[in-house]
Amino acid sequence: MWSPLVQSHSRRRFLNQCGVGLGAIALAELLGNSKAIAAAPNPLAPRLPPFAAKAKRVIYLYMGGAPSQLELFDPKPELARWQGKPLPASMLDGRPTTANDPDSLLLGPKYPFSRHGHSGAQLSELLPHLGKVADDLTIIRSMHTDASNHAPGQIQMNTGVPLAGRPSLGAWTTYGLGSESADLPAFVVFSTGTKNVSGGAATWGNGFLPSIHQGVQFRNVGDPVLYLSNPPGIDARTQRDSLDTLARLNAMKLAEMGDPEIATRINSYELAYRMQTSAPELMDLSTEPRHVLEMYGAEPGKTSFASSCLLARRLAERGVRFIQIFHEAWDHHTHLTAGLKTECEKTDKPCAALIADLKQRGMLDDTLVIWGGEFGRTPTAQGGTDGRDHHPDCFTVWLAGGGAKPGITHGQSDDFGYKITDSPVHVHDLHATILHLLGFDHTKFNHRFQGRNYRLTDTAGRVVHDLIA
Amino acid sequence: MRWMIAFLIGMPLAVGAAPIELRDFARDILPILSENCFSCHGAGKHKSGLRLDARELATKPLKSGATAILPGKPAQSELVKRIRSTDDEERMPPPDSDHQLTPQQVETLTRWIAEGAPYQAHWAFTAPALPALPLVKDPKWGRNPIDDFILATLEKNEMHPSPEADRITLLRRLHLDLMGLPPAPAEVDAFLADTSPLAYDRQVDRLLANPHYGEHWARHWLDAARYADSNGYQRDKLRVIWPYRDYVIGAFNRDLPYDQFIIEQIAGDELPHPTQDQIVATGFLRNSMMNDEGGVDPEEFRTAAMFDRVDAVGTGILGLTLQCAQCHSHKNDPLTQEEYYKLFAFLNDAHETQPVVYAADELTKVTELKRQMGQIESELQRSMPDWKTREDEWERLVGQHQTHWIVLPTEYAGDSAEHWYVKQEDGSWLATPSAPRSTASFTWLCRLPHVTGFRLELLTDPTLPAGGPGCSPAGLCALSEFTVEVAPLADPVQKARVKFSSATSDFDPPIKSLDIVFLGAGASPRVTGPIHFAIDGDDHSAWGIDAGPGRRNRDRKAVFQCEVPIAAAAPPFPQPAGSVITFHLGQNHSGTAGDDRTNYNLGRFRISATTDSGNIVVDQVPKEIRDILAIRIGKRTKAQTAQLFSYWRTTVPEWKEANDRIESLWKQWPVAGTTLALSPRLQPRETHVLIRGDLHSPAQIVTAGTPAFLHPLPPDAEPNRLTLARWLVDRRSPTTARALVNRVWAAYFGTGLVETLEDFGIAGAVPSHPELLDFLACEFMDHGWSIKHLQRLIVTSATYRQRSNIDAVPYAKDPYNRLLARGARFRVDGETVRDIALSASGLLNLRIGGRSVMPPAPAFLFQPPASFATFPWVEETGDEKYRRALYTFHRRSTPYPALQIFDAPNGFASCVRRTRSNSPLQALTSLNEPIFVECAKSLAKRAMVEGGKTDGERITYAFRLALARAPSVAEMIELVLLVQTQRDRFTNGEMKPTDLIGLVPDRTNAVEWAAYTVLSRVLLNLDEAMTKE
Repeated sequence: MWSPLVQSHSRRRFLNQCGVGLGAIALAELLGNSKAIAAAPNPLAPRLPPFAAKAKRVIYLYMGGAPSQLELFDPKPELARWQGKPLPASMLDGRPTTANDPDSLLLGPKYPFSRHGHSGAQLSELLPHLGKVADDLTIIRSMHTDASNHAPGQIQMNTGVPLAGRPSLGAWTTYGLGSESADLPAFVVFSTGTKNVSGGAATWGNGFLPSIHQGVQFRNVGDPVLYLSNPPGIDARTQRDSLDTLARLNAMKLAEMGDPEIATRINSYELAYRMQTSAPELMDLSTEPRHVLEMYGAEPGKTSFASSCLLARRLAERGVRFIQIFHEAWDHHTHLTAGLKTECEKTDKPCAALIADLKQRGMLDDTLVIWGGEFGRTPTAQGGTDGRDHHPDCFTVWLAGGGAKPGITHGQSDDFGYKITDSPVHVHDLHATILHLLGFDHTKFNHRFQGRNYRLTDTAGRVVHDLIA
Repeated sequence: MRWMIAFLIGMPLAVGAAPIELRDFARDILPILSENCFSCHGAGKHKSGLRLDARELATKPLKSGATAILPGKPAQSELVKRIRSTDDEERMPPPDSDHQLTPQQVETLTRWIAEGAPYQAHWAFTAPALPALPLVKDPKWGRNPIDDFILATLEKNEMHPSPEADRITLLRRLHLDLMGLPPAPAEVDAFLADTSPLAYDRQVDRLLANPHYGEHWARHWLDAARYADSNGYQRDKLRVIWPYRDYVIGAFNRDLPYDQFIIEQIAGDELPHPTQDQIVATGFLRNSMMNDEGGVDPEEFRTAAMFDRVDAVGTGILGLTLQCAQCHSHKNDPLTQEEYYKLFAFLNDAHETQPVVYAADELTKVTELKRQMGQIESELQRSMPDWKTREDEWERLVGQHQTHWIVLPTEYAGDSAEHWYVKQEDGSWLATPSAPRSTASFTWLCRLPHVTGFRLELLTDPTLPAGGPGCSPAGLCALSEFTVEVAPLADPVQKARVKFSSATSDFDPPIKSLDIVFLGAGASPRVTGPIHFAIDGDDHSAWGIDAGPGRRNRDRKAVFQCEVPIAAAAPPFPQPAGSVITFHLGQNHSGTAGDDRTNYNLGRFRISATTDSGNIVVDQVPKEIRDILAIRIGKRTKAQTAQLFSYWRTTVPEWKEANDRIESLWKQWPVAGTTLALSPRLQPRETHVLIRGDLHSPAQIVTAGTPAFLHPLPPDAEPNRLTLARWLVDRRSPTTARALVNRVWAAYFGTGLVETLEDFGIAGAVPSHPELLDFLACEFMDHGWSIKHLQRLIVTSATYRQRSNIDAVPYAKDPYNRLLARGARFRVDGETVRDIALSASGLLNLRIGGRSVMPPAPAFLFQPPASFATFPWVEETGDEKYRRALYTFHRRSTPYPALQIFDAPNGFASCVRRTRSNSPLQALTSLNEPIFVECAKSLAKRAMVEGGKTDGERITYAFRLALARAPSVAEMIELVLLVQTQRDRFTNGEMKPTDLIGLVPDRTNAVEWAAYTVLSRVLLNLDEAMTKE
């Protein structure tokens, strides 16, 4: 069993991690004379994975609602010719096209495609900016999953199984690697869509891992972290005075009881204090140069996908291990044409900017960027001729950086984008590959719970070596 | 408690102390086999015909001629040969598998076979038997048998127990453990003043009798019951099931025997003449999540809920990981996949209901009203000696000239709001409840010569709120418009609207405005009233069916007479003969989509047609009375006869006065809410083994049954939940009592005697004190499964009363304190963190039970994008926001942050072991969350008003409120310094006191209050404040 906490932690090490402030100094003095026992290990101390890793951190651009691969990444000229006809019966395989509407008819792609970069990646005209970084992308056109409804689908995409309660990819990552930031949470989550992801907090949950591995939601307005601000009437100095008194009293208790949990608590309050400074500083985009803001299309003080992408880069720079932006906006049962245009206008530029920006800072090599939703959409129409239903059997996800092989398009689907015809990649396979890039063998990286070793890939998954540089 | 030892020693020692060699197999051999071999050679798969999970199978010659295990002859045992082989083709486990044996494990297995390969059943699969008390060197330390077991192990490890904790620490520990609330200074003083040797026991008695004990311990159980106030999944809508939570509180408070507690929760509805409480108890099973995302397959999520129920029984009651056998036979325990589905089959026999439940006072009222009505009816019968003859005559009359109705085989033809309807065997449709207004359409291919009228029945159903027939929380609905179109089959688009000459119903309420709850945002006012509202062409007016509390949930019917008979199959319609008749059921009286409380749509309904001529009007005799009349007179039950009389008397003109009196009694019937429960299903569902747990891959049908490795079922037991429930709490169950006592133990000591509270199977942890575990389990069962008895035994032990200071030497030997050479010390659970702050500050509202409350929470959590859809979190205004944390409305997808950050589970699945983290987000919460800040302010106020005049007095008082003890000199110095510094800063204008505490009339007071608020905030955040020492 993988155990990140086996290293022994000396008292000196604890003191070094304990942080700044008068409280810590008083504590150090106290500990010098006490019978206190070594502090409990910090579950977020940075750790190396068991194998050489290509990616050190992850930025996951989660496209909730499931964007249509047929209008964005998987061109199907043949589908246009079949517009208005039913899917050939031979393809149905006894399985209805959608849960709601078994008699629906094929719908041609709404947007044309063109080739980009040296790799000649085929992208929709809705994605002009992404086209500029096409050679950095690893496009997987042959993704498939098990669930066909949003909540279970999102939970599976993030935790491996379609039922709530397992640790998310981000939780596993910080469980395995800890964090390189002493001042910020290890796993940060943004929500930028029109509504929350259907899977709710389960999609960034810690499952049965310690709750410290749960994603911490950051907001672009108000307190970035819940209860970060002092109550009105408590200024920075009173806060410091209070925490110093608190630390001294807790240190006295530590000296008396010798319980390492007290030391951890002192530590937690100091990190909380540092977060009170570092989080607002992080969120303040007004310090970014104008050309960077323009590159992303971000506006300081405004919640948007663009701002979150820029914040993701800032978090990555500060050592945060896993950053996930949930953009729930793609459930186009109707208004497919206009809806895709709107959402691409919001997301295309920042996605491309994030890749270019990471690259120009030399961070793309060890930052894995993931883009994708919980499933794809049907080649058949729904609600007239401007909507598509859920389709778990074939969809697109792309990766960039972090050791993913740049400039390739992996896998193939049939002429309708209905079924995968080459190199299928299941959610478990994608997870196995991501863990591989982070330096883990997905079959060994597990946690014992309720009598069984659990892992992100459940009992399946294989590393897709074709996706790795 | 000394008597108990004498009692035990006086007993014949039927069972020897657990022999060490027995556990050697369990501890040393079984885990190796289970982890590395059983997945291919266990109860599930037996590759090459080999099974290693039982000795007689492992020692049998195989088809290949070899024998895996030849006891005493390792060299000739195939198993030894294979595990030592260097040939990759031969070696076991296969080199490419996930499993590999270490050289040491190979050695252990070889030696074990050399010693004769003794197998022993896994310790936890044999029922516990009362062990002998171990001998201890120091007979003076122990207070009851628990201590003998603990001390014997400590002595064996050359360790010593710690001294008893000081009295204040003890009292705070007791308070937090038994009630989850800290002691008030007066309670501390009273205990310190009580010098009797019984002082401590008196405190135990006092706390066990306190009704807040039930709240605290209910909270532990509710984790296992995965209790929540919402459905989970995408929309995560509100559900009303808090009566179940109150049932659990009550059960702990009255010390309902645990076996009965389990029986009621699994099958209370199947007990003879169940009480309301026993039906409410089945909410345990109903706590599963429900998905109402549009377009989901209801059976898929019903199956997911059934899996969850099996899991809750496994984790929460048996302490076994049953869920592992959902997709394949269990990898470690001898549980086959088929056996899993046999357990599943037991639970697969229920209707999911939402019965009306009455609070205690309401229940009294109902009984009283029924008594008064019965009395009036008896008087009526006495006043008319020949009433029976007259009733029979009436029965004969109403039996004549009934309209002949043909139930129509309608087809669903769409719904404007994507509602789902499920066809029932009797031709009716059952709606899956969903709020938005809609028009549902159904078609019928009519081949009758003509149709003269239609009948719409609104039918009750056990699965509808309050039993229906509507979908509103009270089971009501309204029909805005009933329209019918007819078109020739040959040309179905040529639709013509059918005109009605009359509409009649068996219940016509007076005109009433629609309750504001159902209006919905921006919707225009609407009314309900008599049946003609359904054909008036105005969808603002609807036929309503509300007959008031107590009589709402009955079948209703309406009849619509066609102005001109529909000549369906006759010319001039061309061939093919026949016509398509489309029914539109307008339901314009619901509120907002996504909020089930605003649902006012039809629940279950059925459409019939008639070809009779003449006046087509409704039968005024209600359906339930017709159903009784259909039974021959001698065959009717007493209740049916009485029900018939209650209806008939309303038709007797000379009884008007008495009828009016009864009618006025009905007006007093209490308005009650509902809860989620189960009711027996007469036709059990078929249960299949599901391949890989996939609903769409059913294999063989299974009948209800229990796993062979556990105790047997009584022969000829009915295959229902009651049988399962009784089996779970059978005295012979090897894990039920052990699992419970272990969890209670863990609540006190932080870790269970078996660390894996959820798993007593082969892969579970080895018990630290197996004999103590069995002693507690037997003691618990022998004392009538009394949880209070168990609590008393634990808290009066010397083990429990030790101080919790950590000393370096024993710490090095036993860092996790599994041997209990000291008392437990850990941060209390999230709910208790909050309750301590509320209690110390004096804000705590101690009211017990009732609906879940919505204290202040960040509003954005309940709006998109944080919430999938807007959720109606209506912040409490009065002191309801200061209720114990247990009552906080628990929404699964956005759990209350101040609790969730402190590791409260989210209710996705049964949880018997919380993680206990220590994070900066917790620090931010207890420092800055609004209720915590209010607590600091209020504690400051108490210190000033009740504490005394000087800083020393006030600080001591606030300190005692939070920590029970008084501060040391060193602590006092720090705190006085803090107050003085802050007082200076507030006085000299560096900070404004009113920013912190709001406007107060007197400035001096404001400065003091603000400075003490800073101090109180520190006190409530001390490690000790949120820790049980």
